[in-house]
Amino acid sequence: MNMLDIIGPAMVGPSSSHTAGAVRIGRIAKKLMAEKITEAKILLHGSFLATGKGHGTDRALVAGLLGMDVDDDRIRVSFEVAKQEGLSFSFGSIMLPDAHPNSVKLYLTGESGKKLEVVASSVGGGRILVNEIDGLTANFSGDYPTLIVHNQDQPGHVAEVTSMLSHKSVNIATMQLYRDGRGGKAVMVVECDQEVPEEGIRWLEHAEGVLKVTYLSLA
Amino acid sequence: MYASLEELCCEAEEKNCALWELVLRDDMQQRGVSRRESFEATKKLYLTMKKADEDYEKELLSHSGLVGGDGEKIAKARREGWLYCGDFIGHVMETAVKMGESNACMKKIVAAPTAGSCGVMPAVLLNLQREKGFTDDRMTEAMFVAAGIGGVIANRAFLAGASGGCQAEIGSASAMAAGAAAYLAGGDARKIATAAALALKSLLGLACDPVAGLVEVPCVKRNVIGSVNALTAADMAMAGISSRIPPDEVIDAMKSIGICMPTCLKETGTGGLAATPTGERIREEMD
Ligand code: SF4
Repeated sequence: MNMLDIIGPAMVGPSSSHTAGAVRIGRIAKKLMAEKITEAKILLHGSFLATGKGHGTDRALVAGLLGMDVDDDRIRVSFEVAKQEGLSFSFGSIMLPDAHPNSVKLYLTGESGKKLEVVASSVGGGRILVNEIDGLTANFSGDYPTLIVHNQDQPGHVAEVTSMLSHKSVNIATMQLYRDGRGGKAVMVVECDQEVPEEGIRWLEHAEGVLKVTYLSLA
Repeated sequence: MYASLEELCCEAEEKNCALWELVLRDDMQQRGVSRRESFEATKKLYLTMKKADEDYEKELLSHSGLVGGDGEKIAKARREGWLYCGDFIGHVMETAVKMGESNACMKKIVAAPTAGSCGVMPAVLLNLQREKGFTDDRMTEAMFVAAGIGGVIANRAFLAGASGGCQAEIGSASAMAAGAAAYLAGGDARKIATAAALALKSLLGLACDPVAGLVEVPCVKRNVIGSVNALTAADMAMAGISSRIPPDEVIDAMKSIGICMPTCLKETGTGGLAATPTGERIREEMD
């Protein structure tokens, strides 16, 4: 928390968790896609489902998927903007086990056909947490440039990623590892102090055993 | 951010430095920004508050239809000149309600400290500027004062209704605005801390009980008591009245009350006004 969390942000109301947080979730999902989103299936959980309409959570999520920030005057009319910009969306409900009350699951398709599944929650004061990417655990806040690497669970991948980052002079802020079972699918979530250069990401994408690389750039 | 108002006051006295200046230096260090960047970012938030007030739309209704148009009613009454509270407090009420309504109607506001309590700081600050003719830079200094107080409350207690009830939102906003108002009246760090304590004391125990879980009822109108209470607290502090309970202990009391509060009074929309027959009916009609 810093001073601009005490006074601020400048945001479209009415709720920092249900509106501003929802915009941020959409916006971070759009950044993770790194291309224009053409289709979005949005499933609301818990309090997002119960009081989301009255708080504009639905319009806020769509606004974020269009790349709007929390203080964008067009959030209120984001459904109309989505129509103009060719984003088709639908809403539904979901019961996510053990999830934070303000959570949402997004199924996204990009203009190139790229697919992405994201589960995220709005955890208070407009701050968010991305909980899952493509069905695998990934806990990060979106406050740092974040590299998410899905790979086969086999020796050497962590070293590959960390040596690439050190080679590019990127300092690691936090690093987490998860896997669905020994020798199965694993995921590395690396929050960085600097942006990871494009060629580093390309290189990783072609490394053996790497299934998918998703990158959240804040630039 | 500072962990206590006492620490802020002592440091201000030792270094012979204004309280707002300490908060600015702390922000520079925390966010790694220059003096100018810190000042401009804060000034921008103040100007955004002003803009939000100007952008009020009297015809707008919130999604639920519960909120909208009341700010204009106060404006009309104020212009007619018959308010008990007079023109100045009339203006304060008007700004507070308008901002709360703009928030509920999905317009841009500045969370201060939260979206639900976004009307308190502008109601106090914009009207003091209009009334007394302070420059935007002076108002920005007052914003730093308010942020410093809010930072201490965030460190010692909480700023969210979900954590500590409405005392944590409207109560904290009122304490922040009171300190800012005392600063604008020429108050030193001690007076600022006293004003904040007097304001918070008067709102201790306030429950967070929004009808249908929406930031509308009672939130919009609670911004009025938050701002008026901030002004009376600043006046009391400047008149030389002290808080018998030291400011930091008042904040700690807010925390202990918040911890004791049942969940139904912490933004769940299941207790207090939300659980009245009318509150329940409104919720059912929304589903
Ligand atoms: S009642 Fe609750 S939601 Fe409304 S302003 Fe107070 S703390 Fe915020």
